[in-house]
Amino acid sequence: MKLTWKLAVSTCAIAVLLSGCERQEEEAATGGEVNAAEQFVPLLVYRSGPYAPNGIPFANGLVDYLNLVNLRDGGVNGVTLTYEECETGYATDRGVECYERLKGKGPTGATAVNPLSTGITFALTEKVAADKIPLITMGYGRSESVDGSVFKWNFPLLGTYWTAADILVQHVGNLSGGLNKLEGKKIALVYHDSPYGKEPIPLLEKRAKMHGFELLKIPVTHPGVEQKAAWLQVRQNRPDFVFLWGWGVMNSTAIKEAAAVRYPRDQMYGVWWAGAEPDVTPAGRNSKGYNSITLQHSSGRTAIHADIIEYVHGGGKGAGPEKDVGHVLYNRGLINAVLLVESIRTAQGKYGEKSLTGEEVRWGIENLNLTAARIKELGLEGMMQPVKLSCSDHEGVRRARIHQWDGSDWQFVSDWIEADNSVVRPMVDAAADKYAKEKGIKKVNCTS
Amino acid sequence: MFYREAGQFKSSYAADQAAFPIAQDRIFIGIWLLIGFVAIPLLSNEYLFRAIFIPFLILALAALGLNLLVGYCGQVSLGTGAFMAVGAYAAYNFWIRIPGLNPLIAFVLAGGVATLVGIVFGIPSLRIKGFYLAVATLAAQFFMDWMFARVGWFTNYTPSGSIAVPPISVFGFEFDSPVRRYMLCLTILVLFAIVAKNIVRGRIGRGWMATRDMDVAAEIIGIRPMYAKLSAFAVSSFFIGVAGALWGFVHLGSWEPLAFDINRSFSILFMVIIGGLGSILGAFLGAAFITVLPLFLNQLPIWLGIEISTAMISHIEFMIFGALIVFFLAVEPLGLARLWQIAKEKLRLWPFPY
Repeated sequence: MKLTWKLAVSTCAIAVLLSGCERQEEEAATGGEVNAAEQFVPLLVYRSGPYAPNGIPFANGLVDYLNLVNLRDGGVNGVTLTYEECETGYATDRGVECYERLKGKGPTGATAVNPLSTGITFALTEKVAADKIPLITMGYGRSESVDGSVFKWNFPLLGTYWTAADILVQHVGNLSGGLNKLEGKKIALVYHDSPYGKEPIPLLEKRAKMHGFELLKIPVTHPGVEQKAAWLQVRQNRPDFVFLWGWGVMNSTAIKEAAAVRYPRDQMYGVWWAGAEPDVTPAGRNSKGYNSITLQHSSGRTAIHADIIEYVHGGGKGAGPEKDVGHVLYNRGLINAVLLVESIRTAQGKYGEKSLTGEEVRWGIENLNLTAARIKELGLEGMMQPVKLSCSDHEGVRRARIHQWDGSDWQFVSDWIEADNSVVRPMVDAAADKYAKEKGIKKVNCTS
Repeated sequence: MFYREAGQFKSSYAADQAAFPIAQDRIFIGIWLLIGFVAIPLLSNEYLFRAIFIPFLILALAALGLNLLVGYCGQVSLGTGAFMAVGAYAAYNFWIRIPGLNPLIAFVLAGGVATLVGIVFGIPSLRIKGFYLAVATLAAQFFMDWMFARVGWFTNYTPSGSIAVPPISVFGFEFDSPVRRYMLCLTILVLFAIVAKNIVRGRIGRGWMATRDMDVAAEIIGIRPMYAKLSAFAVSSFFIGVAGALWGFVHLGSWEPLAFDINRSFSILFMVIIGGLGSILGAFLGAAFITVLPLFLNQLPIWLGIEISTAMISHIEFMIFGALIVFFLAVEPLGLARLWQIAKEKLRLWPFPY
């Protein structure tokens, strides 16, 4: 009896192995026939762990757009986009492992890395410079990496945390009747106790000094399910505004705790990573009135979503449920993919329509110029502002709006606000110079 | 047949007291050293170095250090992550505050700082034992996490609390390529393993083991418990501190306090338990099991060509990994090192067991 059981197991094992080999052979065969140029995109995602509710829609948006480009247009000018996902679980060590695993795949290696984690971004910043692979950190990462003369390979597209904090201060200033009216007020920063959460602090401190408001810093330990002490502090101090710098389960917990201590939700402002459906829906009705800054877009569907539903979901290739298409984080993943694809297109204009190396794509990102007309052509009208990068500006655009959760949907409650570069830029330059000096990096001359 | 010591006569005290008295063991160690120093550098690619071998070597060093404390001296510690953090942050501070300091000296100094901190947090072990001591060392973990996140001086006031270090260079020799970093880690690990092996079979190690097995009896035969316990904390923390400095400088290059959180402490304790308490070999086997197996499980479906979603792969990875831990502990509670020992005993009689 025992023997038959063993036999069965080993037969199964052999069967699995064989089927695997066959499949690889098949793949090799089809690959040989088509022989089309391919562009490999490594995808560092998290579809499990405490940050999965936010990681999944972002990854789905990214994958769906890459598939759309392949299925609708046959790739970028005929170059097929290939990708492979690697689960990081938002953990830095696993993220580095994924990066090492994927960086050499495809005919020309990794196109660009989008780690979706500030911790992984910090860990990869030196590695990508050595490997010559651009690091796209759309709306996260190191704030000083805007300075492309020092951070040649980092691209914090569409806004950094300093930009976000600056816009939020301007917005609450507008609400109070001018920035000078902030004097004597209290703003609490409830933040994820990690490099991500600590990023906005220097800028908020500077703004606090400029306008005379008091900044309360309240850290929340990872992953942020235990926040009673933080909100007790909020209740005791009764700040005029709370800025929430959370991610994953921390955000919905914060909204629930705010409701528990009866802190008005409409005085809470999340960063763009604390302003999506998974952040507000778990708290139910308590979330009504909660605000957050947006990274260009909010939720909702435009022309491009119709294409995704037709070509990708229609062909049964959708990465997630169709009803989630158009959610905030889905749209963010989508825009991230759009920026990447447009960068590849820009680079192809210079280097030719073939598989490009990371170094060539880097040129494409740095010279990306997404005009309003092009944005309309892509079907993204209303979702984003024109983006133009340069050697000294790796951010591209510094404008954002505030949106509010009305209980069932996100509604914009402000116009476009632009971050004040006279406040942000000196900090960027100082921090970048310090980094360059510590690391012995030779600055690129951006004027030539 | 393969593992018989028959015919190997010891004709001097030196031969009798050798670290590896049996020729087969010496050959075996020699083969592993050849694999480590020659075969792997020749055959591996960058991914294997960066994602597998370097983390494995560094964590093996940490597990070795913890095994001296938990396995040999019987003092359960949950503060390994904290001592690694002390090593990493100390090395960073020595390096930025003393310009031109040789990084290797910074690592040794960092180990020294970790030793002092280890002794301080080892003091409760004089009064409390077992689970209670584990909880006391947990305090070290939380205190260090808090301190490195809150006190700006340790991170040189970087705004985000994350620190970055440049590539290591010793006397103009850059440890920039993965293979050089691997060789650095391997050399350090081998040196420390030799030290550990010799400590545990000498007077100090025997004192630790006596304390572990029955502290009252050990005290009666003349072993000072304070000296034995604190020296175990000191040596163990030195190993772990150097491992922490290597983890930060060689493996990560830039890190945040989260890199040394409670999960790091747990994973190293699990390495020691699964590998085998009170065994040098166990530290290596445990480190290999905990660091390499999850990565292997994670990539297995892709190698086999099975298409399942990324989330499913990682769930399966956790399930199989957990099941294997239970399996190994159920089959052999004394760890993987004990399995190897059983294999050696069988090999001695094979093919004619009686």
